[in-house]
This record gives sequence, C-alpha cells and structure tokens, in this order.
Amino acid sequence: MAQEEQSTRSIYTDLDDSTDEEINKWERTFRLWRETLKEHWGMLTDELSVKLSMLTVAGFMLIAIFAPFIATHQPLQRQFQGDAGIIQDKWAEPSLLGGDTEYLLGTTAEGFDIFSQLVYGTRAALLVGLIAAFFTAGIGTLVGLVAGYYGGKVDDALMRIVDFLYGMPLLPTVIVLVAVLGPDLWNIILALIILQWRSTARVIRSQSLSLRERPFVKAAEVAGAGDWHIISRHLAPNVLPMTFLYGSFGIAWAILAEAGISFIGLGDPNTVSWGTMLQASRAYSALSFGAWWWFVPPGICIGLLVISGFLIGRGYEEITNPKIQ
Amino acid sequence: MSGNEVLLEVDDLKKHFKVNQGWIASLVESFGRGEPDYVHAVDGVSFELREGETLGLAGESGCGKTTTGMSLVKLHDPTAGDIVYDDTRLSEASDAEIKQFRQNAQMIFQDPFESLNPRMTVYDTVAEPLRIHDIRNETARVQRALEFAELLPAEHYFDQYPHELSGGQRQRVAIARALVLDPDFIVADEPVSMLDVSLRAGVLSLLDRMTDEFGLSVVYISHDLSLLRHMCDRLAIMYMGKIVEKGPTDQIIENPQHPYTQALINAVPVPDPAVGRERVELQGEVGDVIDIPTGCRFKNRCSEYIGDVCDQVVPPLEAKTDFEQDVACHLYDSAEGYDPYQEMTGSPSAAETGDEPESTPADD
Repeated sequence: MAQEEQSTRSIYTDLDDSTDEEINKWERTFRLWRETLKEHWGMLTDELSVKLSMLTVAGFMLIAIFAPFIATHQPLQRQFQGDAGIIQDKWAEPSLLGGDTEYLLGTTAEGFDIFSQLVYGTRAALLVGLIAAFFTAGIGTLVGLVAGYYGGKVDDALMRIVDFLYGMPLLPTVIVLVAVLGPDLWNIILALIILQWRSTARVIRSQSLSLRERPFVKAAEVAGAGDWHIISRHLAPNVLPMTFLYGSFGIAWAILAEAGISFIGLGDPNTVSWGTMLQASRAYSALSFGAWWWFVPPGICIGLLVISGFLIGRGYEEITNPKIQ
Repeated sequence: MSGNEVLLEVDDLKKHFKVNQGWIASLVESFGRGEPDYVHAVDGVSFELREGETLGLAGESGCGKTTTGMSLVKLHDPTAGDIVYDDTRLSEASDAEIKQFRQNAQMIFQDPFESLNPRMTVYDTVAEPLRIHDIRNETARVQRALEFAELLPAEHYFDQYPHELSGGQRQRVAIARALVLDPDFIVADEPVSMLDVSLRAGVLSLLDRMTDEFGLSVVYISHDLSLLRHMCDRLAIMYMGKIVEKGPTDQIIENPQHPYTQALINAVPVPDPAVGRERVELQGEVGDVIDIPTGCRFKNRCSEYIGDVCDQVVPPLEAKTDFEQDVACHLYDSAEGYDPYQEMTGSPSAAETGDEPESTPADD
C-alpha cells in the first residue's frame, strides 16, 4: 500500500482503509451502459431510412419466430387435391390472384405451398445472417485486437493467415467444404464464417495499431496495467462500434451469400431457404411457364432484408465516424 | 526541499531505436554489411533525482527529452545503462519490485485530449490505477484526488466523459490520475504546452501545489525555459541525446556556459525593448541522429568552434573549474584535470598540461 511510505507527505494518510465504502458498482455500470445505448439508439433512429429498415428487420424476425402459426401448410409437404389425395396439386395459381385454391401464393412444380416456404425461408435467412455475422465480427475483432496490440511476430503470423484467406474464393471453397462435410445449412454457415472474418480482422487490427500508441494506453501502462487489462478496457471499447458496423454489414452479406450458394444448387435440400426456392424455380423453368409468383416473392424478400441490413449498417457508420454525417 | 536522499539515479542511459527497413532490406543486410541503422534518441544520459526535488529537462524537439522521460517510467526498456530506484536496478528488478515501482512512478502527458480514454468516465479513469494495484477505499481516494486537482464538486465529474470537459479540466483529471496512487515521483511531459494560455497559470499552480503537498520529485520536460525556471530546482539541457549542461536553475539561466545553452536562453523573448542582449543565433539544423558525427555533436552549429579537438573528442559532462554547473564543452578547463587534447589522434604533442586523463566516455 502507498501508506507504507511514511517519509513522504500525502493527502491520503488520514483515510481509514479498514472500511470499504464504495458506490454501487453494478448499478453505476448498468446506468452508464443504458445512457450510452440510449444515446446511440437516438442517433440511429433519427434517420427515416434507418427507422424503416429496422421495422423491416423486426417484421422478418417476428415472421421467423412465429413461422408455424403464420404458415398455412408444412413447407416440405406435398399437397394433394381433394380428400382422396390422389392427384398431386402442382402449379396451382395463387389465390391472391383469383385462383380458386387454398394456396395464398400457389404451389410449386413439386406440389409445395409457396407461401409457407417463404415464411419458413425467413428462418433460414435470419439464422445464417445472425450466426455468421456474430462469429465473423467476434473472431475478427479478437484476432485484430491481438495482432494490433502485440505486433511483431504475432501480428505477422495472424496477418499471413488473413492474407491466405483473402486468396480463397467464395464458391470453390464452399463447393469443397460441402463436398467434404455434406450439404448442410451449418456447413454453409461455417464456410461463410471462415471466409468473412478476414476483413473485420484487418480493419480492427489497423484500429488497435493506432490506439495502442495513444497516450491513454501509455498512461495505463505506467499505472501497471497488464496486456489483457489494456486490451479489454482500453482497446476493445474503442473498436466496439467498428465491430458492430462490420457485424451489421456481415448479416446482409451472409444472407446474400447463402442465397447465392443455394441458387447454384449447393444448398441444404432438407431446409427451405429463399435461395433453394429460387434454385427449384429455375430447375423447373418456372419462368417459361409464366409462374412468376414462384420466384419473385423470395427475390423481393432477399432484397428487402439485405438492403435493410446495409442501411442500418450505414446509419451506424455515421455514429462511429462523425466525419461522413 | 525535504531531504537530500537520492530517489532515482539514471546511469548512462541509452535508448536506440532500430530504423525499420522491411524484411527484404534486413535480409540483404544480414548477408552484407552487418549493422542495421539505429536512431540514437538518448545516448548516454546520467543524472540523479533527489527526494522533493524538481528537475527540468530542456532542449529543442528531437533532442531525446521525451524518450528520456518515458524511460524513467519504464515505458521504454533502455538499450544500455540503467535506472536505480530505491537501491533497485530496474533492469534486474523482480516482478514485485516492478509493481512497487509502477505504484510510485507516474507520468503526466502533453496532450490532454489524447491521454484520457474517450470511452471511460472521469471516475473510471482516475480509479483505474487503484483497481490495478488492488487498493481499497476507491471512492474516497478518487474524490480526494479530484478535489486536490480543483475539480469541484468531485461528484459532479464522476460520470462525465472526456469530450464533455475542457482542455484544462482534462489535464486536471490526468493529474488526479497520476496522484491517486500517491507516487514518489512524476514525469511531466510538456504538461501545459497544449493548453490555452489563459488556463496555463491555473494548471501550473496546481503542479506547484502538488510538489509541495505530496513532497514529490518531479521531472519536467519542456522546451519552454521560462516555465522551467519558474518550476524547477535544477536544470539539464539536452542536445542530440546527451546532456550538455546540468546544474542549479538560476546558475544556468543567469550564467549559461555551453554555447548551445547560451543560444537557447537568448532565444527566449524579453518583454522589455530596452534590454539589449548579445544575440547568439543558432545556425543550421540538428545533426543526423542515425550517423552520429565524431567529436562534439554541436560542433557544426557552434559559434565558439575551436578546431580539431571539437572534431575528434567527445566532450564529457563534467565539473569545470570556473563555475558551479557541469558542462560538456572543450572551452572550459576540467575541474578534475581531464585533458581532451590527449585523446586526439595524430597529434599527441598538442597536449598542454594534462595530468592523467579520466576514463574516456564510453560511446561512439
């Protein structure tokens, strides 16, 4: 303790260290977090486009959560005509357009209900988007912080891995992974994570490289802070907005990539996603039959969700980087 | 000032930074011409800091004063030489001793806009050193430190972020953070140079009070001689990584001996048109800190250049016969009888009266 140095004068000598009165730490931390979040939320929802995007994403989330209640049929159950169920009900016209069937958006060539597929496809899209974005942002931030803070050989090693990943193209990597591990939604998510954390890692690394030279990090060092203390208390909070930004862009990117992968036929045949719907409609030449209700709705859904994700990311970018306001 | 015990002793401290060349160049070099290039930021600096003493480090930008200051608080590991604190050599200190040193050595930085984490509140910033060293009674100590730094009422500042504060308030927070551990000595690197002139006096009087009430030893680093004269008991003037003149502040300011010190002091404006001074203006630029010139580092800009001895022999910092301060210059006779002319190559006959020469300066 500092009090052992009795030779020097001090303004703390009369403090009674046997008592330990402290203001309630948890309450205080909670309050500060709430204030920060409230401020960010206020800035985010200030803009109309961001507000609309958030409503869209919230809507899709509700649909995904309550899919079993919204969908009128099982998405992967063939529909048959009448009670006898002899003739499969395919290419049915949507009842929305006046078709005299029970199918809101008609049925596919295989006899699946399109509306139900669309509803359940939301689940796959959000699952892929959120999980892939969470892990890419997380891994990228951790690697970037460690590489940027330690520098030298650690930095070299980690950044060479990132360079190597930059050399890997999306589709061939996914083809190889799916061929080895099997066509499963989780394998596609894995492939997306492997290929996506590289860009986050680079940006976070460059940020922490400059942060660690800032005097407030030096001040913590002088006070005796260890490596982990500096990384977690000084570097991480300052790169966190960037992490969120890359996370929100990552959602949009992952959804788009999953749709693309599914469209070329590498998707999971047992899961309904918007990408597999598009792939099936192409395989059965829905366009030449004029059945546009098969492929237009999933296209619109992909577009809406991806654009919303980018707009939210863009809105958040304005918080992290006030210069582009 | 209290006591004359030596608190900190700097012994021939050197800090050289390797010039970064990229790996191809360094690969070629490892096969070819050996030694990589080094910037000689600090090149053999020795001084001691007594308890309760304030020492000023002065010199133009790039002379190594900030690197010296950062080495004092162990932000850099010295290339050579050592720092002795409390009879412990820091290069050989155990982890516990380093922790003890960290508790007693603090630094105040130049730029208050950069030295506080923008995402930490004032309370967290000031409390951080206490948490690192597991010191109890956090709230009371933080409050005392903030009150001492004249941030009143302290509770009002607890939850503020740096961007809500003015430059002067931020520097006061930085000072409170440095004081909260009750350190033995503080390195203050240009503590007021980034502040508005109107705020400087307030922060300076706070620093003054800090030295008095804590019985602190302080190393002030600045290029502003009038500030150092006001704050410091002793001064050390640095040029290209070496101390050229060292002694009591009044002696150096009133009666500078080294030609470089004379030029520095002459450059300080005097607000009185009637005062006539003999102007000594510095010519040229600071020399190359990678390829250190032989002999005296100041020779190319020196107005008193006296020939080959300046070219060939490095002047050691030593006591001279005629005045109190230590000077590193061949113009004056050594008090201990060191004769630079004996060191000169090719002309040993040039020696005048030297007894036995002192040990030569170790570097170059």
